[in-house]
Amino acid sequence: MNGEVTGTVGTVGSGTRTGAIGAPMERLEGRAKVTGTAPYAYEHSFEGALYLHPVLSTVARGRVRSVDPARAEAVEGVRVVLTPWNAPRLARTDDREFTILQDDEVFFRGQFVAAVVADGPEIARQAADLVVVDYEAHDHEVDPSSPDRETYRPSADDTGVEPDTEQGDVEGELAAAMVRVDQTYRTPREYNNPMEPHTTVALWEGDPDRLTLYDSTQGVHVVRGTIAEVLGLDPELVRVVSPHVGGGFGSKGSAHAHNVLAALAARALPGRPVKFALTRRHMFSLVGYRPDTRQRIRMGAAEDGRLGVLVHDVMEATSRAKEYAEMSGACTRMMYAAPARRTTHRLTPLDVPIPFWMRAPGEAPGMFALETAMDELSYACGVDPIELRVRNEPERDPETGLPWSGRNLVECLRRGAERFGWRDRDPELRAHRDGDWWVGTGVASATYPRLTMPGSVAEIAHEQDGSYTVSIGAADLGTGTWTALTQIAADALGCDTASVRLRIGDTDLPSASVAGGSSGTSSWGSAVVAAARAFREEHGNEPAVGARSRAGTPENPDQERYALHSFGAHFAEVRVNADTGEVRVPRMLGVFSVGRIINPRTARSQFVGGMVMGLSMALHEEGVVDPRFGHVVNGDLAEYHVAANADVGLVEAEWLEESDPHVNALGAAGVGEIGIVGSAAAVVNAAFHATGRRVRELPLTPDRFLS
Amino acid sequence: MDTTITLTVDGERHELTVDTRTTLLDALRDGLGVYSPKKGCDHGQCGACTVLLAGRRVLACLALAVAHDGAEVTTASGLGKGDDLHPVARAFLDHDGFQCGYCTPGQICSAVGMLAEADQEWPSHVTEDLDAPVEIDDAEIRERMSGNICRCGAYPGIVDAIREVSR
Repeated sequence: MNGEVTGTVGTVGSGTRTGAIGAPMERLEGRAKVTGTAPYAYEHSFEGALYLHPVLSTVARGRVRSVDPARAEAVEGVRVVLTPWNAPRLARTDDREFTILQDDEVFFRGQFVAAVVADGPEIARQAADLVVVDYEAHDHEVDPSSPDRETYRPSADDTGVEPDTEQGDVEGELAAAMVRVDQTYRTPREYNNPMEPHTTVALWEGDPDRLTLYDSTQGVHVVRGTIAEVLGLDPELVRVVSPHVGGGFGSKGSAHAHNVLAALAARALPGRPVKFALTRRHMFSLVGYRPDTRQRIRMGAAEDGRLGVLVHDVMEATSRAKEYAEMSGACTRMMYAAPARRTTHRLTPLDVPIPFWMRAPGEAPGMFALETAMDELSYACGVDPIELRVRNEPERDPETGLPWSGRNLVECLRRGAERFGWRDRDPELRAHRDGDWWVGTGVASATYPRLTMPGSVAEIAHEQDGSYTVSIGAADLGTGTWTALTQIAADALGCDTASVRLRIGDTDLPSASVAGGSSGTSSWGSAVVAAARAFREEHGNEPAVGARSRAGTPENPDQERYALHSFGAHFAEVRVNADTGEVRVPRMLGVFSVGRIINPRTARSQFVGGMVMGLSMALHEEGVVDPRFGHVVNGDLAEYHVAANADVGLVEAEWLEESDPHVNALGAAGVGEIGIVGSAAAVVNAAFHATGRRVRELPLTPDRFLS
Repeated sequence: MDTTITLTVDGERHELTVDTRTTLLDALRDGLGVYSPKKGCDHGQCGACTVLLAGRRVLACLALAVAHDGAEVTTASGLGKGDDLHPVARAFLDHDGFQCGYCTPGQICSAVGMLAEADQEWPSHVTEDLDAPVEIDDAEIRERMSGNICRCGAYPGIVDAIREVSR
């Protein structure tokens, strides 16, 4: 068993000296990644590995009457067939997502109902096909658009965000408004689809019971907490290892059912590592997705475009198995200065897989709707869309009344306009043709909270060779954590980056919050800075070998005193083919205000990557559900198209040189999500400018432009 | 049914016994512990498993191992010479043409194979003049690299990296 996971990092530093923060340092694990030798979850060396292949439900609602494993068990090389009747029992069964093979209930199509563990992957797959499952099928509901669906208000417990808010005289302002927009916007189911399928390798060692998971996760401590609780183990007896993660975009932000299934299989076969890599198709029912949304936006404004009222009513699907609420209306509470505002969220429970975080949950679909509606208002008032946003700029957070820690939306819009050439734009619709193509440009705002999560701890130790080992159980899912935390540590310690040996991605290291909500750099980075300060205070500048200090993410009183948000502006040029309706995006520009940038090289990739995912959301992505059977018919990477190289043109990102003194000691906020927020609206608005056709439902497939 | 085959991977010769249903990708990963080619879809839809077979880019998940008995396979791990990275890999680092890194070995093998195809004057869907030598511009790179999906959206960096090497 190879437990050494830090070998590729900490020895390759380019030696930038202090002032490391802000340097475009090459990724420390980059050489391992371009050669393919950085070990992802499946790729650690294991002796005597076994392979798991699951059996998934083929009804969307009902009961498993029986599972006949006989034909599967007869295949040579099969070690065990797990069923709801023979699987080890779990300690906690109140969360349906993790209640695996404990009873006969089926909540959605594509749920685990059995699993085969065998000596080889081909054997496991063949045997899984031979397991005979008999169902009692019940009527199911998977179509959120059917009339008369029951709806309910989500609780704020999960999200920490109130589902409904209201301020000012909403009805009065709507009635008095000179200009109104009242439109409904729709987004389909969208799937994260990280390139590395979710994978767990589970090893159970008995006496005492001890579980190790080599997992592909955005939070080793988060997964450990869930798995320990569900299995009834002391967390100290569960280790989760995840040094490199092949993308996640939120879907790897918690444990999912496959972690539990792999652990159950390992418990049934102690001493043998059980490898379980989901197939691409499995990922369409088992690891979350962005639920479909229907968002009605009502705006009332004066003739000059100044908003009097803003209403954002959100209707979304969720799973009957477990509630998930995408808080798509939250952005409307703080974005613009309307004296009257109302937001509501309602969920439609369905017999569908459990939705979960996908990059900028809430903001991505919410700002698509709000920023498309703002574009509609700009045409309704005859006010330039940038000027319209400037006129509705709030001095303070309209929701809380708190001062902004730094709201530089207008500067992002103006700088972007300058670089993009907005001044020369003719606002006339369907007026610009280049051969077979209608050409247009569009703009949209972006925002994302500057979050810092509590609970991370960093430890710094001085080594024999003069280097510093910096340990924190953080994750790098392509975000640049290996490099950024090394730079932060070097600056905080006042040493060369080559003298820092970072260790992340292991529950044997001090606890770290999840890599989610663009909070990693702030939460972990603050802990590293605090630990470095503690180290220097306790051990001075000439520390003894073995000297060590620990500190956690400090409390930040400014979190209560300021409205902490990042902002940005997206610009897009769109071409729509006059004959075929094909939509192309030759040019995108994003300008962002996110506080201080730790590493311009990796930050740029985050912004650009978010914008590309926004383009993909705008043009391509839609999980199509068959209402008869409840499954996603396009559950693979050929039919669920995500942007490929030829779909993407010039994508440029820049940022304001700034530092937010209220967000943390670094002055830096996260950059992982803001790139996707608003980018789809910029594309939609540009397509409207090009064609005069306002599309309010994603994605922008060619049929939307043909009639 | 099991069969014994020989594969030369990154210059090293291996004899291994595989289930006849085993793909070349699984033979490399599960059989030999060569994890440089990645499994992203197992259906030939994402390109993460791209390797070079006798210099040509091939999706290892769509090849059966037994059909390639005796083959010479080059993965991204074997492209460089000793400690020196292959120029394409070096350019990916210089232009940050990746984030999570999972599609990257496949992207790099694909880029190396693609540049060789262009050298041999193979046209692509966007090649205007089928009689002239292929000029590798951005449109050609994007078209020829579209079999390799990058969900992190590092395409602009990937195009920059390949453009630099192609000159």
